[in-house]
Amino acid sequence: MSVDAATVRRIAHLARIAVSEDEVPHLQGELNAMLAFVEQLSEVNVEGVEPMTSVTPMQMKKRQDVVNDGEIADDIVANAPATEGHFFLVPKVVE
Amino acid sequence: MTDLTSLTLAEARKGLAAKTFTSLELTDAHLSAIEAARVLNAFVMETPDRARDMAKAVDEKIAKGEGGPLAGIPLGIKDLFATEGVRTTACSKILGNFVPTYESTITSQLWRDGAVMLGKLNNDEFAMGSANETSCFGPVGNPWRREGSNTTLVPGGSSGGSASAVAALLCMGATATDTGGSIRQPAAFTATVGIKPTYGRCSRWGIVAFASSLDQAGPIARTTRDAAMLLRSMAGHDPKDTTSVDMPVPDYEAAIGKSVKGMKIGIPKEYRLDGMPSEIEKLWEEGAAWLKAAGAELVEVSLPHTKYALPAYYIVAPAEASSNLARYDGVRYGLREQGKNIIEQYENTRAEGFGAEVRRRVMIGTYVLSAGYYDAYYLRAQKVRTLIKKDFEDCFAKGVDAILTPATPSAAFGIGEKGGADPVEMYLNDIFTVTVNMAGLPGIAVPAGKDAQGLPLGLQLIGRPFDEEALFSLGEVIEQAAGRFTPARWW
Repeated sequence: MSVDAATVRRIAHLARIAVSEDEVPHLQGELNAMLAFVEQLSEVNVEGVEPMTSVTPMQMKKRQDVVNDGEIADDIVANAPATEGHFFLVPKVVE
Repeated sequence: MTDLTSLTLAEARKGLAAKTFTSLELTDAHLSAIEAARVLNAFVMETPDRARDMAKAVDEKIAKGEGGPLAGIPLGIKDLFATEGVRTTACSKILGNFVPTYESTITSQLWRDGAVMLGKLNNDEFAMGSANETSCFGPVGNPWRREGSNTTLVPGGSSGGSASAVAALLCMGATATDTGGSIRQPAAFTATVGIKPTYGRCSRWGIVAFASSLDQAGPIARTTRDAAMLLRSMAGHDPKDTTSVDMPVPDYEAAIGKSVKGMKIGIPKEYRLDGMPSEIEKLWEEGAAWLKAAGAELVEVSLPHTKYALPAYYIVAPAEASSNLARYDGVRYGLREQGKNIIEQYENTRAEGFGAEVRRRVMIGTYVLSAGYYDAYYLRAQKVRTLIKKDFEDCFAKGVDAILTPATPSAAFGIGEKGGADPVEMYLNDIFTVTVNMAGLPGIAVPAGKDAQGLPLGLQLIGRPFDEEALFSLGEVIEQAAGRFTPARWW
């Protein structure tokens, strides 16, 4: 399988990465090189094989449903590019 | 007094305990070495004040006989580990000036045991790379050069700063992480020892995530014994990481020097590649001979799905990365680039903040997870991963204790020499190491010799799950036989 220019633009948008028109051909070439490389997986017989979900067999651990953290709003917003009080500032989302 | 930076961690521990020197003296010696080696670009942030404060505090503890197992030992920390109050960037522009308000579990355990932080080490951006060339702080130089050449070589990646700093004697050991070979490949390129423990052995909490089902932290050190000492402090159960395993941490150092007599060592025929340099082939045979001389039994084994590990990895790892890196949106931390609306703000921030390699991998990951392609790519790759793991399980079921392979298909190469036209060329560096991550197994790279140009080469040992001790015992045999390798100082 390979991707065309329109698909490259679509993937970039899905990935939320701005891509300029002149970057598209180069990206398309690189993505297609990777897709050509992984193409060899199609020769593996995977019939009846379970997909891996956990590399070490273990029970999913569950935490106690208790409050054991919090009251650190200053820490949470400490690295934000724009804040007001304990809120993150973003461009208007809802009209 | 001999130069304190040339000691191994084990020797330094003895000297500190005997009060031959203080941690402050040891720390100062390394801080001066770092200052004189800035051309290597191994450190992206030096923290001399913090280092001296930590050293003084630990000297007081040592005086009172309260020093921990790593009391007074100066270490470098890969910039992927969150360090409270010290900038942590994953060497990406997108994290900008991020200063964590918390400490990663692994580093907190190192400080608990008395280690001293010298600074943060360079790595490939988000650990995506095999040459430490994708860092937003620029490439790292390998302290090793080809005989008679002034060309600066890469130290490997992604833990290139860690490997370079340990090899150049700038720190006594370093933290590192390994998703497809990022501890073992740079260790092999710099004649250092690097171990990626079993998945779940070390907590991933507070380490910037790349591919969560593959990421595992470990140490890079000057000797196998030093690596064993560091891993003991780094390993252990952490309730904050649900994939961390609740098992006691053995005294890994006790495995050093333990007899390997009767151990069964597998030599996988699929690792014999066409076009592999004859020196690597020879080194591999030599390594097998050393283990045999130490009483181990060698058997040929087959890992039939080996060749599919790298292509499967380049689906699984980017897929997980695309999902992990979705958090970098310019809202809660790091870089923000303005846009007309929030979507544009995301897109501009991520275009500006991510480097080329990261953008490429996030996009490929997005593609293989997208509607209509998930089954063909991601699901198939996860099935192939099951087969890769089964290859190893079959092998261990036949009584094999560990598997010996070359660590890398070549020695270190020049900066900018590889992957310019085709990203796959660079990816092939990890061909011997990536299988281990796919199967969640422990793997160690140990220096074993040099090529005709005088560059170090390493061997890799792959172990059963949670049997890092076998790797330390076997690694020590190779180290004793091959000797240690130190680069001639040119910086």
